[in-house]
Amino acid sequence: MYRARLWSVRHARGIDRFYGMFERLLMRLAPLFSAIGYQRLERPFVVVERGVKGLLFDCKMCGQCVLSSTGMSCPMNCPKSLRNGPCGGVRADGYCEVNSQMRCVWLLAFAGAERIPGGIERIREIQAPVDRRLEGHSSWLRLVRERTGSTARPAP
Amino acid sequence: MAAVGARAHRIDSAACAMRFEDEPVPGYPLPILPGHVSPGRFERVLRAGAFAVTTELAPPDSADPQEVYQRVRMLDGYVDAINATDGSGANCHMSSLAVCALLTRVGYAPVMQISCRDRNRIAIQGDILGGAAMGVCNMLCLTGDGVQVGDHPQARPVFDLDSISLLEIGRTLRDEHHFQSGRKLSFSPRVLFGAGENPMVPPLEHRALRLAKKVAAGAQFIQTQYVYDLPRLRAFMRGVEDLGLLDRVFLLIGVGPIRSAKAAEWMRRHVPGVHIPDAIVDRLAGAQDPAREGRNICIELIQEIRSMRGVHGVHVMAYRQEEAVAEIITRSGVLDGRTPWHPGRDQNSADRKAS
Repeated sequence: MYRARLWSVRHARGIDRFYGMFERLLMRLAPLFSAIGYQRLERPFVVVERGVKGLLFDCKMCGQCVLSSTGMSCPMNCPKSLRNGPCGGVRADGYCEVNSQMRCVWLLAFAGAERIPGGIERIREIQAPVDRRLEGHSSWLRLVRERTGSTARPAP
Repeated sequence: MAAVGARAHRIDSAACAMRFEDEPVPGYPLPILPGHVSPGRFERVLRAGAFAVTTELAPPDSADPQEVYQRVRMLDGYVDAINATDGSGANCHMSSLAVCALLTRVGYAPVMQISCRDRNRIAIQGDILGGAAMGVCNMLCLTGDGVQVGDHPQARPVFDLDSISLLEIGRTLRDEHHFQSGRKLSFSPRVLFGAGENPMVPPLEHRALRLAKKVAAGAQFIQTQYVYDLPRLRAFMRGVEDLGLLDRVFLLIGVGPIRSAKAAEWMRRHVPGVHIPDAIVDRLAGAQDPAREGRNICIELIQEIRSMRGVHGVHVMAYRQEEAVAEIITRSGVLDGRTPWHPGRDQNSADRKAS
């Protein structure tokens, strides 16, 4: 939902802080996830992640979330799916070249990043192109797996 | 990058040209000098410290190579490199790779434009290798306009990569000798990579940061979108300087003549990312001969831009008025009397040497 997405960017700082706590919680639960098995957790996680992030960010389930590096504005909502900054076609009023009814995702990203401590530094990181194999998979589980050294990619 | 370090490289100013002693038979590559990445003439001009002039060639809606050669002949002796656009404005034309291959055959220094709109990473990496194999020494990595502005709005936009990840992939091919997949190359493309930038549109305060990201990803030269607003350009250049990027990347500023106030209005409405201040539209509207006034404005802009620190050239875009490019470059005096290479340029002196 477009309006919820704008709200999320306005509250980027709070959401970022919450994400930090949530990440620590997930990491603490890693042994439990491992015991249950990541395969079995994938589907329920996807349902929750899609619901929550869909509502707050219009999440497209790319499976490799970079929200904390993009001021809580999801770059997959850019019609050109640009993950490294705005294109040169942004309209003078700050709206999207392709969709004149939508604010440029990257203008929102900069606005959100300015609210997050260190946000502008994080926006400068170069993001690798999307790995299409991860689409539709849980970003949260992937994070836990990567940090704990389990195999990074779920079986397709 | 020691960008402008080799300023002292030999320039044959006596002959009012920029003639390299090791100039090859047209169509063959130049030797790669120390500190250079490509066997190209464009990189030589930039690193020699000359004020570079580039332009773009609109590829024809045709399969006839003569149409490419006819169009490029108008530019002979005026430009250091020629960009072959890649479906600019999302309109279908002859491919950039093909135009570049035609141009390198006779010795020109084309800039192959690569847009992320129409091809995925498999096709693009193949084109980088193919282009380099055909003698293309300069490639410009672009995001590309959205398909909605072009003649095939029903087409599927690809955007598998963005300009920055494309730059990284290009640099990996050249410097690390492998595909994104990790598979090794037996011979790397020796290419100078560039990118676009638009200092004229929002977020104005973060455009320099985006440039920094492009430089970090591997951009060695930048060709900007049209610039008609000098205060905005100066603000951008201050940002570039603050980020410590001055002279770390060759910056070529985009300029171009506008034919009339009506054409200016049309560009504002239909060309994404073009910002034309009202003062310029008013000047065109009040002129007796608006086309000439448009060229005058362009020349004035070039002269102002030239005096700015950290600017290494201009990129003259004259869509559908390619014949104006020669006049603009001559009257602006940016070439300082030198004659950029073109087929036959060195013929006279070579004949004289032989006799």
